[in-house]
Amino acid sequence: MIVSRMPLPYNPKVLELFRNPKNLGKMEDATVTAVAGNPLCGDMITFYLKINDQDIIEKASFESYGCAANIATSSIVTEMIRGMKLENAWKISWKSVAEAVGGLPSIKFHCGVLAVGALHRAIRKYYKNKGVSPNWLPQESTFEEKQALEEEELAKMLEKRVKAAEEK
Amino acid sequence: MVENVKELLKAHEGLTREVYLDIENSSAVPKEVIDAMLPYYDQLAYGNPTLTHKPGWEAFETIMESTQKIAKFLGCGTLEEVNFTPGETEADNLALMGTAFSMKDQGKKIVISEIEPINVLHVADMLKKYGFTTTKIPVDGEGFINLEKLRESIDNETVLVSLSTVNHEIGTIQRIKEALQIVKDKNPRTIFHTDASDAYGKIQFNVKDLGVDLATVSSYKILGPRGMGALYVKEGVNVEKILEGQIGTQKLWPGVENTPLIVGFSKASELAFQNFNENVNHMRVLRDKLIDGIFQTVPEIRLNGPKGGKRVPDNVNISFLKCEGEALTIELSLKGVYVSSGSACTRRVLQPSHVLVAIGRKFDEAHGSLLMKVTRYHTEEDINYVLGVIPKAVERIRGITGSTGVE
Repeated sequence: MIVSRMPLPYNPKVLELFRNPKNLGKMEDATVTAVAGNPLCGDMITFYLKINDQDIIEKASFESYGCAANIATSSIVTEMIRGMKLENAWKISWKSVAEAVGGLPSIKFHCGVLAVGALHRAIRKYYKNKGVSPNWLPQESTFEEKQALEEEELAKMLEKRVKAAEEK
Repeated sequence: MVENVKELLKAHEGLTREVYLDIENSSAVPKEVIDAMLPYYDQLAYGNPTLTHKPGWEAFETIMESTQKIAKFLGCGTLEEVNFTPGETEADNLALMGTAFSMKDQGKKIVISEIEPINVLHVADMLKKYGFTTTKIPVDGEGFINLEKLRESIDNETVLVSLSTVNHEIGTIQRIKEALQIVKDKNPRTIFHTDASDAYGKIQFNVKDLGVDLATVSSYKILGPRGMGALYVKEGVNVEKILEGQIGTQKLWPGVENTPLIVGFSKASELAFQNFNENVNHMRVLRDKLIDGIFQTVPEIRLNGPKGGKRVPDNVNISFLKCEGEALTIELSLKGVYVSSGSACTRRVLQPSHVLVAIGRKFDEAHGSLLMKVTRYHTEEDINYVLGVIPKAVERIRGITGSTGVE
């Protein structure tokens, strides 16, 4: 396969969120936190959600180890879900996240995918902690969750390979 | 997409100073070099150097005079040993493929190191299609080739060894003469190539003293124009050409010679070698000022490559932990400091710089690396500006990282 190396024409919205990320930082009183990605792969996201007893996200914040697109998509997700019922937040797709930041270069789609993967994990974790299983929550992992897992598996494999090389 | 780039550029408006340190990937061409090149576009020597008219003879004379200068700086025996190519990528391709094809009946083994530039690594991989095998020699934590492993890897079937004189990313100055001796002792017929793109004009480098068979040099890496390089081919060494077409003055590269670029390369060489010691000292002082300054102000960092005399005078490569490289390059760009990173973030392959991985850097250390090169044109004020910008930029990006990924 022949691939050209494109520059990264980040749009003004991504740049703005990179420069002035909204809802950045650890939340001490979070109801639930979830992570996705791995620093070995160069991107990782942590979401902190404060959820009330009506299952509404009162506030959300993030931390991100990653590129500008990773930072922007994480930040926009925390904006999008604030005040939302978990059932509605669950329906946010990575495509709508990409749209919300004004579009992403194709090689950065995975940043949107990872952000939604982290959000799905947070929602699952919340219900698991609560011991409740709403009927709209699918048993099977979503595309975004699978992708996040795949990236983490890859990171583990790379780590093993590096360790094996060190021992050689 | 171009609209987005326009917006990105607008975000840079109002910068009080700009410092370009990404010489690894391209560079501005100094005014003196441009001035030397310009007349050759429309005033003289614009003919084809193989043809019988005045502009053609002028072109021939110009190319030969430029060749003479570069041959002298390289330490060549004859002018025929200098072969211009459209860049170091092409020179490396010519060296590896051209040697493999001419030697294919004598053996099918190629030896390179784990930290060769992509121009060498990928060509060696491609040659597998033609039945060649490649051994990659490991390096130590500072990027020095394991000479014992090199010795073990050479046998009667080895047709080519390709090892860079100076590593392009981490600045390690290899013991090339020793490596060459080891190779030739085991198999005198093995052709020894070195990519000297990061050595030429920066350290003492003389093909005759070293005794290498082939050497690649690059124009833009010594601040000449892009699109020009050369392959030194020692007299008597047989390299096959890899492109077909009309051969002119350059027996290994068909097509009409690009006289202005050849002049530019030769002028850039002159400028690099004029006051060579002074130039190199200047770079070394700025390099160390940059390294020391960053180490004094930024915690949790690692220097990639050796220190002091074993490091090429222009190279700085530092890993910033808990700080993703692409984000850092953008942050620095918005402050007028232009650098590159070994981060894999621009690719989906998830592999950061193969050089940093080869010297034992963990992936996250490699993702957070910055590569910077100084030139004789940089000033102390430039470096002071960079030293003022970097700590704040790293702090801001680390602030976004927060506790993510920290175990």
